[in-house]
Amino acid sequence: MGQLSGPTDPTADAHWEHSHPRKGFFTDTSICIGCKACEVACKEWNHNPQDGNLELLGSSYDNTGALGASTWRHVAFIEQGGERIVEARESGRALVNLGMPRIGPPTPASPAVADLAEADTTPPDTADFRWLMSSDVCKHCTHAGCLDVCPTGALFRTEFGTVVVQDDVCNGCGTCVAGCPFGVIERRSNGTVKVATSRDEQHAKHPAVPNAGIAQKCTLCYDRLVADETPACAKACPTTSIKFGDHDDMVETARERVATLHTQGLTEARLYGANENDGVGGTGAVFLLLDEPEVYGLPPDPRVPTADLPRMYRRAGMAVAGMAAAAALAFLGGRE
Amino acid sequence: MTLSEFDSFRPPEPARRRRQDGKRGTGRRRDNGDGSREMPMVPEPEFTSYYGRPVVKPAPWGDDVAAYLFLGGVAAGSALLGLGGQLTARPVLCRNARLGALAAVSAGAVALVKDLGRPERFLNMLRTFKVTSPMSVGSWILSAFSAGAGVSAVAEIDRMSGNRLPLGPLRKVLQAVEGPAGIEAAVFAGPLAAYTAVLLGDTATPTWNAAHGELPFVFVSSACLAASGLAMVTTPVRETGPARNLAVLGVVGDVVAMKVMERRMDPIAAEPLHQGKAGSMLKWSERLAVAGGLGALLGGRNRMVAAASGLALLAASALTRFGVFEAGLSSARDPRYTIEPQRNRLAARRAAGITGDSITTAG
Repeated sequence: MGQLSGPTDPTADAHWEHSHPRKGFFTDTSICIGCKACEVACKEWNHNPQDGNLELLGSSYDNTGALGASTWRHVAFIEQGGERIVEARESGRALVNLGMPRIGPPTPASPAVADLAEADTTPPDTADFRWLMSSDVCKHCTHAGCLDVCPTGALFRTEFGTVVVQDDVCNGCGTCVAGCPFGVIERRSNGTVKVATSRDEQHAKHPAVPNAGIAQKCTLCYDRLVADETPACAKACPTTSIKFGDHDDMVETARERVATLHTQGLTEARLYGANENDGVGGTGAVFLLLDEPEVYGLPPDPRVPTADLPRMYRRAGMAVAGMAAAAALAFLGGRE
Repeated sequence: MTLSEFDSFRPPEPARRRRQDGKRGTGRRRDNGDGSREMPMVPEPEFTSYYGRPVVKPAPWGDDVAAYLFLGGVAAGSALLGLGGQLTARPVLCRNARLGALAAVSAGAVALVKDLGRPERFLNMLRTFKVTSPMSVGSWILSAFSAGAGVSAVAEIDRMSGNRLPLGPLRKVLQAVEGPAGIEAAVFAGPLAAYTAVLLGDTATPTWNAAHGELPFVFVSSACLAASGLAMVTTPVRETGPARNLAVLGVVGDVVAMKVMERRMDPIAAEPLHQGKAGSMLKWSERLAVAGGLGALLGGRNRMVAAASGLALLAASALTRFGVFEAGLSSARDPRYTIEPQRNRLAARRAAGITGDSITTAG
């Protein structure tokens, strides 16, 4: 058993002896164009079945909804008016003012806003309206809630510091689903998904829904990593919004990028998951966001539940002692 | 947002939810975006989410698991009563408690296996022992408990059937290990009753996680009163004195632990315990527990009153488990219960000057 919380090297914690650098993503949402190439590439590479029944969800251009057992990349679309943009810029500036590490003095005025007032050069990011697009993915946490609570050992820490489900071991108990503070991992149902009738023959040969009944999530393309390949989503991303590489380089890149955006007056830019002192010990997949995390459907202060496990066991031990004492008392006091 | 002719086809935007205690958010100050004034460190709590979709996923557990929480408690308490009966020469109480423990733990285990996504792989639960996984620890506790409960109950069945089970020379072995098996089951009874609370507490499900400090006390109390209730239903009153005592202790523990738990929890995360189906189940659970406890205390020597009280106690325990279970699932389905407590605790830490542990950073 390794550390339950705080900064650590998860690969060493899992007793890997050879030293692979920890791999991770940096998803820079400021240059995401919402093309969903990552979603498609992920589905194709990992043979993930259709998720749901192709409904229109009525949430901008997002008809995927959320990460799930068969959706390992999810592009969020958020439409915002001017008021909300100001709020985002303020909350970002408040973060800067907190005196986080590596921050220069906050820019007093926003040159970008002033520029936009004179010439309408950047239509998608005017002060009146903006469209946020963000490709969400499993965070591959340093302290992964799903991995900690898995009773079978189906979830394991790879040599790249990522978290992967072994399909042939998982028995679908579902504990990991509740254990994930980001709502990423899910048990795949063998549900009601129908394939088109014209393709019946093609699909009759192999099961329409592989791995039904077991927990599924992003593997950070473990099969590609062992062959020294880039994960499918990062490979497919046309704007390099999804970057892949060594985790330390990703964090470094993310910090440079957010500093650049701040100097351009975009104080709404902030990093998510780059702090190894946070509740999950930092994430393997780091994000640059342009508003508060909950706007994107991310938890604002996630904490791996296992961090409190020693306390829970202590409390349970006290309860067990209490139960034994009550039973003893019941018999000793009950002689009649 | 836009003025297109297709606007009428847009679904209605989800209403922004406000705090339900009547306080309306005052909105944020927007008059100082130029940085000329110090920004508020703690923004007004205003709840935003991604189209009202949940942040965390609820455990994919059906009523089977809630039923197991109840049955596991009944089995655990019964094993303790069985050991008590064994040590204090109350043969009927001992027999009924042992049989009850085996029946409850078997039904519970079947419910657990049935709830798996791949039931045929249930033995994978025992392919490793993982102390960070309450489910793994619990599987081993359940196995150890079942061994003891099974052996002692089979010995009772053999005795009841007049030594007719086809045991052959094993009968002597069975009779020799019967007593130790009852002790072994009782040793694992407490852990069996308490680990399920750790299992629920060690999740990102807001209401369960917020309750993690006190939930073990609620669950062991509930186990005590449920098993006592079962004994009061099955066993003549001349042997159920200790069960009545345990029932009263269990009711007191259950009611007190529940109140303490609700007070110490994050107030927002505690809301699902009072709302909807879970709220009414927990309300009735408390009423039935108190009624059953009073019945056991005042009229427990009357066979009819004892049986009725026992049934009330069993129902109370089942409602406690289903209520807590349901409250947790509904807290996971509503993003508010994930986002608001997290925002509040983050803001509180920042107000206290702790700024180094946020997942969101400016650089």
